Amino acid sequence: MSEQSNNKSATPVLQLRQINKNFPGVKALQQAQLSLYAGEVHALLGENGAGKSTLVKVMTGVLQKDGGELLLDARAQSFATPKDAQQAGISTVYQEVNLLPNLSVAHNLFLGSEPKRFGFIDKKAMANQARQLLSTFGLDIKVTAPLSEFSVAVQQLVAIARGIAPKRGAACTKVLVLDEPTASLDADEVQNLFQVLRQLKQQGVAIVFITHFLDQVYQISDRITVMRNGCFVGEYQTINLNKAELIAAMLGKELCQQRHQAPCLAVEHSEAILTARQLSSGQSVQQLDLDLPQGQAVGLAGLLGSGRTEICRLLFGLDQADGGTLSFAGKPIKLNNPAQAIALGIALCPEDRKTQGMIAPLSIRENISLALQAKQGWWRVISKKKQQQLADFYIEKLQIATPDADKPIGQLSGGNQQKVILARWLAVEPQLLLLDEPTRGIDIGAHAEILQLIRQLCQQGMSLLVTSSELEELTAFSSKIVVMRDRKKVAELNGEDLNPDRIMAAIAGASV
Amino acid sequence: MTNEGVVVDQTHQDQSKADQLKAARQARYSPGQSAHQFSLYLYPLVALALLLLVNLLLDPQFFSLQWQDGRLYGPLIDIVNRSAPVALLAIGMSLVIATGGIDLSVGAVMAICGAVCANLLVLGDWSIPAVIGLAVLTGLACGLVNGFMVSYLGIQPIVATLVLMVAGRGVAQLLNQGQIVTFQNPDFAALGSGSFLALPVPVWLVLLALLMMQLLLRRTALGLFIEAVGCNAKASRYLGIDDRGIKLTVYLLAGGCAALAGIIATADIQGSDANNAGLWLELDAILAVVIGGAALTGGRFSLPRAVIGVLIIQALSTTIVVSGLPSKFNLLIKALVILLVLMLQSELFRNQLKTLFSFGKLRGGKA
Repeated sequence: MSEQSNNKSATPVLQLRQINKNFPGVKALQQAQLSLYAGEVHALLGENGAGKSTLVKVMTGVLQKDGGELLLDARAQSFATPKDAQQAGISTVYQEVNLLPNLSVAHNLFLGSEPKRFGFIDKKAMANQARQLLSTFGLDIKVTAPLSEFSVAVQQLVAIARGIAPKRGAACTKVLVLDEPTASLDADEVQNLFQVLRQLKQQGVAIVFITHFLDQVYQISDRITVMRNGCFVGEYQTINLNKAELIAAMLGKELCQQRHQAPCLAVEHSEAILTARQLSSGQSVQQLDLDLPQGQAVGLAGLLGSGRTEICRLLFGLDQADGGTLSFAGKPIKLNNPAQAIALGIALCPEDRKTQGMIAPLSIRENISLALQAKQGWWRVISKKKQQQLADFYIEKLQIATPDADKPIGQLSGGNQQKVILARWLAVEPQLLLLDEPTRGIDIGAHAEILQLIRQLCQQGMSLLVTSSELEELTAFSSKIVVMRDRKKVAELNGEDLNPDRIMAAIAGASV
Repeated sequence: MTNEGVVVDQTHQDQSKADQLKAARQARYSPGQSAHQFSLYLYPLVALALLLLVNLLLDPQFFSLQWQDGRLYGPLIDIVNRSAPVALLAIGMSLVIATGGIDLSVGAVMAICGAVCANLLVLGDWSIPAVIGLAVLTGLACGLVNGFMVSYLGIQPIVATLVLMVAGRGVAQLLNQGQIVTFQNPDFAALGSGSFLALPVPVWLVLLALLMMQLLLRRTALGLFIEAVGCNAKASRYLGIDDRGIKLTVYLLAGGCAALAGIIATADIQGSDANNAGLWLELDAILAVVIGGAALTGGRFSLPRAVIGVLIIQALSTTIVVSGLPSKFNLLIKALVILLVLMLQSELFRNQLKTLFSFGKLRGGKA
């Protein structure tokens, strides 16, 4: 299956060989490799936590490799800082847009390399150059306006334009790395971006394209490198690899096995613990009908921005409904804040562990007991001894790898952090647990353990609503899967339909 | 597809996990945490001890204590006694800083509460408990205003409290009608200059406030919630903590502490001087909290360490006076010594020093 490409006789513009990178407790990269030729779009694919971002960071000087070699134009190089990489002609646009929203668009494009006149910034020239640069993107905006006035999509395009903008003292861009550049773009904007990528390709730039959208891979990329679990899996010509083979390469054997497990059903036909009818919240969720049965896990699928996270926020009281009805355990409810939801027995493991989940400087013990403490109120304190018991119990039960419960949660690996957050909510013993992307950015071992835990919790009678962009994962435990598109529920799949192909079709909106 | 590879992989994983857990269990009762706690106290205490030693060298009588009229006298008692108002402010300030905020208004709140006391006493008909009660209520009201602006209106703490810092002194001047209001009331004056069980009354008031606050914060979950909100307000809200309520509470408590400090200061001079009462003391309080090892970005706090910070500042002021240096050097020396103390507090700086030192040794060895 893994057809190596040998057709290009030219030397690669950038080559990474046998790259190793270790973090405390995690081997992030093992013998990873990547070859880029001038004038190609090279898709770098893999699941969350496969090591794509780490590899890119090694390539762009953000991280230092522990082993292996990096060849730029066939010469061994090593970049101590991102600036070194940039000087050598490697530009990167990261997943999170990192621009300065209060500066003008033009200033953002040329920050640090502004055109000057008599030692001062030549604003006129800068605006002209900016206009010129953006026009190649089909973007006609007021370049002197602050960046924050524009939509995220425009900001994303500006970030990419900044990536290829000429920089003072640097070689012209040879390699452009785009980490999930299309995540916040709509279909037209994506086509615009692809147009630009094709132009750049003709100019001889090698483009690394990281994405979760496989359709886009087939639209734009020439070759594909697949990574899994920090290792190189294979390098393929895009036209020689069909989607099923690609997915198999990305997911590997371990997860495919999960697929054959039956969905967990503690009770065959159970009562709904939560029922939503025509539930709406502004533009973010529209007329949602949802039944969550007791003791089952329901999957919530859809692309980024389809309304998955918004449903979780709504059901946890973080956003307020402005229409429709919601009932929990047979009683109509109205949620104004998370504390109310928690009091009813609803818990949410949020999407962004770093900013919404963990309290990094506090210990594992404190992080685990905080939600229970908040539920009890500040005056009924959980003694240190009880906290320690709770922490010890869950460290053992969820196999959290840590020397002791007093270690700050911020120092753990991603998978262990996620387990601590899960432990926090299990300690509250909720009836309904909402998990928003529970396996994002964690290592494969912890990944499997968390899926196992979800099944266990169902068997113990807990109800779960799990969102994930990994469809294979959803089919491993869901009794039914709700598919969202454009903030609306577009399908509810169960029984025979619970397979990734059907979900993918529903997400894409194709009639099957 | 063969299962073999997967099975082998799985057992290997289990093995390494079991090892990890075993190591974890052995290490769980390690002294790491308490050692860390110890070092947090170590550096402020060492700094304080050094300052006191310098004082002893300059003045051999420095540690001497005299017993007179049922009360202890001596330079050490003076330092503790003079620290009282700032210590009270620092206790409140610790909580505000723990949530990532700052309260610039506490000095002005001292002035307001002092003015309230003096005017009530001049009017005459008020009992001392009523005067104290009303002054504390005034302080709490000021804290409420700050807290409301910060947590519900979303104004930046430094701006919100700057408003009351400026306006508060104006309110105090209005209450005093531009005069220095003095009163004759020996019972009330005793709160500032009296003594009880051999120690000055202000010292007892600080100890009492410290004890009550420690009980309130550490025997309930309030202290933990304050730290959680300070570390990550969003995550705290997501797990059911009322982060706005917590922020309101800390400004309220800071207002209460400032009121107590105002009462002591007013009782001490038997009068209320709206222009000078508590002037710039908020800065000393902030400094004390920082010397105590708290981060201005919020998070962990310790009231005892903040009080040690206050003692360091006060001991330093005394040292400069005792040293007999011309008084024009006072402020500069104070600033330099405090910079030194803060740098010694920093683990980063200590490590850099260590590296520098060991590098020097290495070079020396080779030579």
